[in-house]
Amino acid sequence: MATVTGQEVVDPGEYKIIGTRPVRHDGVDKVTGRAKYGADVQLAGMLHGKILRSPHAHAKILSIDTSKAVALPGVKAIVTSADFPILKDQSLDFGETQGNIRMLAENILANQKVLYKGHAILAIAATDQHIAEEALDLVDVKYEQLTPIFDVKEAMSKDAPVLHENLTTIFRVDRFGKGEDTGVKGNVAGLIQFKRGDLDEGFSKSDIVVEREFTTQTVHQGYIEPHTSTGQWSQDGHLTIWTSTQGSFVIRGATAAILGIPESMVKVIPMEIGGGFGGKTITYLDPLVAILSRKTGRPVKITMTRKEVFEGTGPTSGTYMRCKMGATKDGKITAGELYLAYEAGAFPGSPVGGGAMSGFGPYKIDNLQVDGYDVVVNKQKTAAYRAPGQPQAAFAVEPVIDELAEKLGMDPMDFRIINSVHEGDRAPSGVPHLKWGCEEVEQAMRDHPHYNEKLDGPNRGRGVAVGYRLNAGGSGSSATINVNSNGTINLITGSVDIGGTRTAVAMQAAEVLGISIDDVNPTVVDTDAVGWTGATGGSRIAFDTGRAAILASYQVITEMSERAALLWDVDPSDIVFEDGIFVSNKNTEDTMSFKELASKLMGTGGPVTCSSSDTQGGVGAQLAGHIVDVEVDPETGKVDLLKYTTFIDAGKAAHPSYVEGQMQGGALQGIGWALNEEYFFTEDGTMANASFLDYRMPTSLDLPMIDTVIIEVPNARHPFGLRGVGETVLIPPMAAIANAIHDAIGVRMDRLPMSPGAILEALRDNK
Amino acid sequence: MQEFEYVAPTSLEDAVKLMAEKGPKAKALAGGTDILIQLRGGRYQIDRLVDVKNIPELNQFSCSQSDGLTIGASVQNYKIYESSEVQRLYPAMVDCASLVGGIQVQGRATVGGNLCNAAPSGDTIPTLIAESAQALIAGPNGQRTVPVEEFCTGPGRNQLADGELLVSVNLPPVKPNYGAAFLRFIPRNEMDIAVANCGASVQLDESRQKIVSAKIAIGSVGPTVIYCIEASNSLAGADANEASIEAAAAAAQKAASPINDMRGTVEQRIHLVGVLTKRVLRIAISRAKGE
Amino acid sequence: MADKIHVQSNINGYDVDFLCESRQSLLEVLRDVLNLTGSKEGCNDGNCGACTVTMDGRIVESCCILGVEAEGKEIITIEGVASADSLHPVQQAFLEEAALQCGICTPGFIVSAKNLLEREPDADEERIRFWLAGNLCRCTGYDKIVRAVLKAGEVMRKG
Ligand SMILES: Cc1cc2nc3c(=O)[nH]c(=O)nc-3n(C[C@H](O)[C@H](O)[C@H](O)COP(=O)(O)OP(=O)(O)OC[C@H]3O[C@@H](n4cnc5c(N)ncnc54)[C@H](O)[C@@H]3O)c2cc1C
Ligand code: FES
Ligand code: FES
Repeated sequence: MATVTGQEVVDPGEYKIIGTRPVRHDGVDKVTGRAKYGADVQLAGMLHGKILRSPHAHAKILSIDTSKAVALPGVKAIVTSADFPILKDQSLDFGETQGNIRMLAENILANQKVLYKGHAILAIAATDQHIAEEALDLVDVKYEQLTPIFDVKEAMSKDAPVLHENLTTIFRVDRFGKGEDTGVKGNVAGLIQFKRGDLDEGFSKSDIVVEREFTTQTVHQGYIEPHTSTGQWSQDGHLTIWTSTQGSFVIRGATAAILGIPESMVKVIPMEIGGGFGGKTITYLDPLVAILSRKTGRPVKITMTRKEVFEGTGPTSGTYMRCKMGATKDGKITAGELYLAYEAGAFPGSPVGGGAMSGFGPYKIDNLQVDGYDVVVNKQKTAAYRAPGQPQAAFAVEPVIDELAEKLGMDPMDFRIINSVHEGDRAPSGVPHLKWGCEEVEQAMRDHPHYNEKLDGPNRGRGVAVGYRLNAGGSGSSATINVNSNGTINLITGSVDIGGTRTAVAMQAAEVLGISIDDVNPTVVDTDAVGWTGATGGSRIAFDTGRAAILASYQVITEMSERAALLWDVDPSDIVFEDGIFVSNKNTEDTMSFKELASKLMGTGGPVTCSSSDTQGGVGAQLAGHIVDVEVDPETGKVDLLKYTTFIDAGKAAHPSYVEGQMQGGALQGIGWALNEEYFFTEDGTMANASFLDYRMPTSLDLPMIDTVIIEVPNARHPFGLRGVGETVLIPPMAAIANAIHDAIGVRMDRLPMSPGAILEALRDNK
Repeated sequence: MQEFEYVAPTSLEDAVKLMAEKGPKAKALAGGTDILIQLRGGRYQIDRLVDVKNIPELNQFSCSQSDGLTIGASVQNYKIYESSEVQRLYPAMVDCASLVGGIQVQGRATVGGNLCNAAPSGDTIPTLIAESAQALIAGPNGQRTVPVEEFCTGPGRNQLADGELLVSVNLPPVKPNYGAAFLRFIPRNEMDIAVANCGASVQLDESRQKIVSAKIAIGSVGPTVIYCIEASNSLAGADANEASIEAAAAAAQKAASPINDMRGTVEQRIHLVGVLTKRVLRIAISRAKGE
Repeated sequence: MADKIHVQSNINGYDVDFLCESRQSLLEVLRDVLNLTGSKEGCNDGNCGACTVTMDGRIVESCCILGVEAEGKEIITIEGVASADSLHPVQQAFLEEAALQCGICTPGFIVSAKNLLEREPDADEERIRFWLAGNLCRCTGYDKIVRAVLKAGEVMRKG
């Protein structure tokens, strides 16, 4: 086993379990249909809720008449924003975005004003969903329509209609800092700025400068499972919630705050979750089912329709961006300027900070300025989406890099390598880097056969792009280990398992304890049964929860060493644990395996159960890169993907299949975002394509195999060197595909999606 | 979804009666892949849904060189494209029937439903027009036949009067030196609604160098699938070459009257009509030549 | 409440009687009436395949079928794929190839893929991708799913 002591990697050695590919513990339940997801909850006497949503993008609510709905047989209760206690502006963290509890509540149910088409107004509970739905039609809401604003640039202008009377711009130089209130009113909720060196001087030193503008549209995470929640409010004041969420404790905190009750009265049971990608880190339904249950004394379930998921939950921002970069003839970047304006949707909180931190991340630039604007518009309030804000910024920077390399007559990977970022160099936000694999990934890309093989045929092209991400932490995880008398352990965490983390975390405990992966029984439990654990997000579960499990494993070893000491009548400090065996220093004949000792716990002081938590703070920096070959049909504008290879610095791939799976899934989402996905808004702010038919996510027939190359530059922050891999994978694809399209047909695409229609237009304009 | 009565008659007579009793408040249910979703979306208010899958006449399915192709209105798409006779004689029907939805949808969806649903994008309709199909209709006043190009009267609207049902579509026998094809353009490779589509047939003379007659129909570019008469006529007597194809495509583009929506713009759609018409004609001609 | 209709069908090899409203989809009946929650709802309009079951041997989307249409039909859901003592080769291959992440699409994929391989055990990558195009997965990029189906086909060919 690896010798691991607390925080540092002492000797990576040869791992027994880390790096292998065991079958996941929850696998059989998931391939047989037995696993229970949120919508599978069935409780005796359960009622079904439906939500009434705004038909207008911006309007005052004048009156709500529910009398006819209440009279419909089968209708049991209605909840409106009047049922929420009055809330103060108070901040709250969710996964990767911050929010304000009053605004969160107003997003859940509109209060006086509706701010986007699809904004929830009230919910009705009835004996079945069809009746609840019929009742919605009987509600009479009177509105006074206000002028909506959808375009981010227009929303920033002085005379634009405002969404929130008292909204002022907060200026920040630190992504999660409090910032300072500029007092300037309007739709600009925030400006984040990073500055270094002297821009003018930097550009004056460059031989070549490229500047381009980019726009991207609102896109959705597209998880296949709609949001769902079931609540039961007991007469003793205890509230139980069965929900589909990435973070049960986040839901507990938000629900308690919105309802004005103590967290200890709320138990959140996280069901199996059908995808989240950041979009299930905040609450939409939980407070509603809670109140409906309180009013009826019965459990209430609400499951969104697909249309509601699109219209009523948080996609990620559409943007307007400008990127200007200069370089010398020998390929050194001298200056970079990045302007980012991100739509937050109806309430402040776009992921522009993520974009600002990451856009220039892969490059060592001494003179830079990044300005990121967070702008409210009459669209869905955005939520986190896999590397929030970062794919957009990469779509502004990476094509400019490609163009610089082209104009310099340099290979685009060589150009990147010249400017790559090393240990000690500073990130755009100013933080110095620990060791990371920026150049290693870039070299692996440049040397890869895919990059070097010939690509023949008309209208075919190859593109590359890289993506950078810095996870600075701020969350935490807990883990409990119970040792069973047969030498197996139960590993208890609160980290919702979206893609195999039960097993990836269990592998780390098994590695430390020297037991087999089958001897670990990992479970994910509710908020009453484990210590506080942040959301599954930020690429942090294999990392943070893994660390918590490792720490708990150490405690288990310590306690069991004490038991061995007792049995052998030596001092605990004389016990050594190696390769799963306890050995006495005093008498090396005295040895006992983990299993043997486990059977002797009852006689030596009772069960061993150890809990630990970890808030070590941040996976750190990471680079991913993609190479893609495309073929464009110049007659129809359609782009076909011929070959795709993705690279990432995983630090150490705990379970390589899961790392590959993240890389392949990230590529899929990026391909969809690149080619077809967008919220298609009509003039009145209606999302015209709120279905899987017209919100075109890639099917199996749209993709080639996605090849993966895992690079391992161990992360000093983790005992086994892990870096989380869930998010960086989504940063490069759009830019890589744009660069490939340019290589194929000579057109630089500056907007997303690069749909057939957009490509035809670009080809026409290029003529 | 609203409440309604479900009935599943086993004779055409009963079905017509059940339909007629409720007039516009009755709808037929074939594969359900349009109607159930429309009902869920609140597009119609109905009292009765008449399942037409148990009616013998609507389940007829036969294909031969001598008698042509008869597709009962309840025959699912998979039966069409899995039939070796249809593959041999009516490859254009295979082209379109095999790309409606995915495999699951094809296990339920019917050509009859596609036609009655009368979507401008209905993927089997251009082929039916190009193949000169006739729609057989049964109603309270007996049976009648209409050419498919006259069947759809507007988006979601068709010829059928209250109480009437589509019984089958009938494609005439194919002659030697005849070929037809269908293509659509969608942004993905499957599971999409056509931005534009096109079906065409050509009858060549014995030399296989000249076109005797042709039929071109285009979809998603107007309120109904459009039978392009001028484009079709332009090919009658023309040489089976690129110049004729170009001319026909240009004429087809003139017939298009699309709108801008989330699936495409006017400009893009007109452009695609040109591209698709050319591609489809090339395949049809090559099939007619037995290539 | 609307009147209920008595329906008789055979589900996963058992004769089943149930009551449902005419407006209830087969998916609702399976999940809410019969508590067979393995079939999932992702879209309720035929576009994701998460609700895929077989009806008389063909794959269909149970959200696009009424419960009453199950009268006299044989239906197999994900719950009917494994035998009491072993997984079906497709299920086994999904586990071994790590072909699921969140798993919400998995029941639909397994029902679809099993049906394909029963017809065409030697289906190649292209055929598999075509057959599965009606099943959306947002997590995996399909790569490992396609590999799992190829592997299951191999196992099934060997018998
Ligand atoms: C996921 C998905 C993908 C799809 N993809 C495509 C596609 O690629 N291309 C395409 O063209 N369509 C597509 N469709 C739409 C639909 O599948 C087709 O239009 C199909 O052919 C409809 O056939 P059906 O038997 O299911 O019709 P139903 O839904 O049963 O009926 C459709 C309409 O016809 C009426 N009707 C049916 N039979 C009769 C009859 N005998 N007499 C009178 N009226 C009748 C019904 O009342 C209804 O109004 C898709 C649908 C889904 C759900
Ligand atoms: S739920 Fe049936 S296809 Fe999506
Ligand atoms: S595994 Fe999550 S959708 Fe397929």
